[in-house]
Amino acid sequence: MSVITQTSPAAAQDAALEKQLRRPSYWPFVLPALVVVVAIIIFPWVFTIWMSLNEWKVGAPTSFVGFSNYLRLTSDPRFLEAVVHTIIYTALSVLLPLVFGTFAAVVFHQKFAGRGFLRGVFIMPMMATPVAIALVWTMMFHPQLGVLNYLLSLVGIPAQLWVFHPATVIPSLVLVETWQWTPLVMLIVLGGLAAIPTEPYESAQIDGANFWQVFRFITLPLIMPFLFIAGMIRMIDAVKSFDIIFAITQGGPGSASETINIYLYSVAFTYYDLGYGSAIAVVFFLLIVLLAAVMLHARQRMVWTEIASDA
Amino acid sequence: MVSHNISRRTLLTGTAAAGALSLTGLPARADINWKKYSGTKLEVILAKGPRGDNLQKYIKEFTELSGIQVESEQIPEQQQRQKVVIELTSGRPSFDVVHISYHVQKRQFEKAGWLADMTPYLKDPTLTPPDLVESDFSAAGLQYARNDKGQMLSLPWSVDYFILYYNKELFQKKGVEVPKTLEEMAVAAEKLTDPKEGVYGFVGRGLRNANMAMWTNFYLNYGGEFLDAKGNILSDGPEAIEATKLYQRLLTKSAPPGVAGFNWMESMASFTQGRAAMWIDADGWAPPLEDPAASRVVGKVGYTRVPAGPKGQFSSTYGDGIGIAAASKNKEAAYLLCQWVASKGQGTRLLQAGGGVPFRNSIVDDPEVAKGVKTKEWLQSVIDSAKISKLGLPVIIPVAEYRDTVGAALTATLSGADPATELKKAHEQFRPILERSEKA
Repeated sequence: MSVITQTSPAAAQDAALEKQLRRPSYWPFVLPALVVVVAIIIFPWVFTIWMSLNEWKVGAPTSFVGFSNYLRLTSDPRFLEAVVHTIIYTALSVLLPLVFGTFAAVVFHQKFAGRGFLRGVFIMPMMATPVAIALVWTMMFHPQLGVLNYLLSLVGIPAQLWVFHPATVIPSLVLVETWQWTPLVMLIVLGGLAAIPTEPYESAQIDGANFWQVFRFITLPLIMPFLFIAGMIRMIDAVKSFDIIFAITQGGPGSASETINIYLYSVAFTYYDLGYGSAIAVVFFLLIVLLAAVMLHARQRMVWTEIASDA
Repeated sequence: MVSHNISRRTLLTGTAAAGALSLTGLPARADINWKKYSGTKLEVILAKGPRGDNLQKYIKEFTELSGIQVESEQIPEQQQRQKVVIELTSGRPSFDVVHISYHVQKRQFEKAGWLADMTPYLKDPTLTPPDLVESDFSAAGLQYARNDKGQMLSLPWSVDYFILYYNKELFQKKGVEVPKTLEEMAVAAEKLTDPKEGVYGFVGRGLRNANMAMWTNFYLNYGGEFLDAKGNILSDGPEAIEATKLYQRLLTKSAPPGVAGFNWMESMASFTQGRAAMWIDADGWAPPLEDPAASRVVGKVGYTRVPAGPKGQFSSTYGDGIGIAAASKNKEAAYLLCQWVASKGQGTRLLQAGGGVPFRNSIVDDPEVAKGVKTKEWLQSVIDSAKISKLGLPVIIPVAEYRDTVGAALTATLSGADPATELKKAHEQFRPILERSEKA
């Protein structure tokens, strides 16, 4: 490639010419990426939307039905219940790991003997395969043979039904989710804690702040952006959680732990109703986008208040 | 384990005595042209289980006989059903021969035209041995395999009757008689329940969807029918409410805690541990129950028909078949395999191993075959059940939705919901789904 160091009129003309000739030549470079994006992102989406506007059942002819699949959603009690289950499940499995993860991070931020080893042990759940975890927990949840009820019996608490009762199934599943993902939150927050300067703590000590005050007024605000990231990751994971629920309860007992994702799977791949399944997928996607937008908005507001309080 | 394995010798003497010696390694009947498709390769897709095992174990004999190479794979039932449907929809399935679950897939497969018509092959003496005739299949089998034009779209392979398993020891201990009616059964179950000992009178499927297979035994015995003449679903009527009340009573008063999440596997665990006195489920569980390595109730298990209800005595029946993909290019070779799978020799092995019950009367009623069955009481319960057999699910396309929706209602009654209300709600939900699918 030639580098133009002098500006002669001829050279400038050359450069202009070259630029003119070059402009369209960008396209071939963009094209592969464009093809890939269209093929694996845009096309499936457009096709999903198209399917959702059709009565589309495996093994039967398809016909265009407009928005009737979407109308069906509004009067489908199983779908509406699934939305509620998804919200509860997501809220709990974002909140609990955040609380426990932050607590664990504060603990593991202290210097004590064997810290590195214990940190390693603590993050092990995160590394295991969800389906394997689910199978182990299923056994632990067993009302007669499970270890959890045995442990409860040691302290005199009567046996629980865990995932076998509609009222306790979601909290029990969240327990597994929390157990698995608290370490992730801890790792993120630990990173945040390491980045906090020590000066504010020193001045707080001089001012005579107690542990709780230090945590509430110094640590927490400073790790807030990290908690936010952790919360966002958790939310996206929890809302589309499938493996743990499917492997442990398949949405049961009855449909008490059926989230949108599980219902979507049943509709599309067990009932072979691809049109209706696509409509659920589209609504589910919009729901996630909405949730993400709310989160981003909240984040911007948070940044704003930080600036405002600085001013 | 009580050995249910049969040697080639006993099998041969058995089948020879029965006069239906066809293809167990001895020279084939002259009129079937086994080698005609020699060199062909067939792909078979199977649902995981004893039937698939029985095929794979002896497939070498078929290959020796015919020169046809067979590749087969077993996939867990739920996934197999999905995979099969997705591949058949594509129009180019990777398999020639397919194992289907009639009670779930019959209508769907017929409507979509995925299976090849076997009727001409059945009439062709170069493809079919003379003992394989339609009339040898039980009524339920024919009902499953024939479409409404009378064409045979598959060969009935193995039937599941629901039977009552009971623990003789627990019955003796409490001095309880084996129940003859459902009402007696509920009373007996309550007598046999002793939570302090961890013993419960009854166990069975509480899990949504799976529970339908057991519940229908009650429903049919209370006089229920699934569809009226116009194809409307009826299972929220008074018979259904009574059946559900019984279901609720049994599983809440006399069943182990957590039964709402039990499928057959959990139920069987409870029963083999001697923790449940009665269990109603499909007839295929004698081998594990009589296996000392897996069961504490070996030799103590009684087998009998599902007790009678106020309106009759029926055994809910489900079944599997083997068919040929309409898109297959090797239909005749595939048919040779199918008829071998449904042959007397293979059926005898399946029955004697306790892995399933063939639909063919000539096998089940054959005293020579019966000699090779280890658990005689079990065989008797199967023969008795065959006489009161009735299809356990409505023959409709959206069977999965039906089982899920109504099954969820049943599960809900286990945590105290009212049977009538739940059934009504579930059927309100299900009716439009049925209408849509039948209209399409």
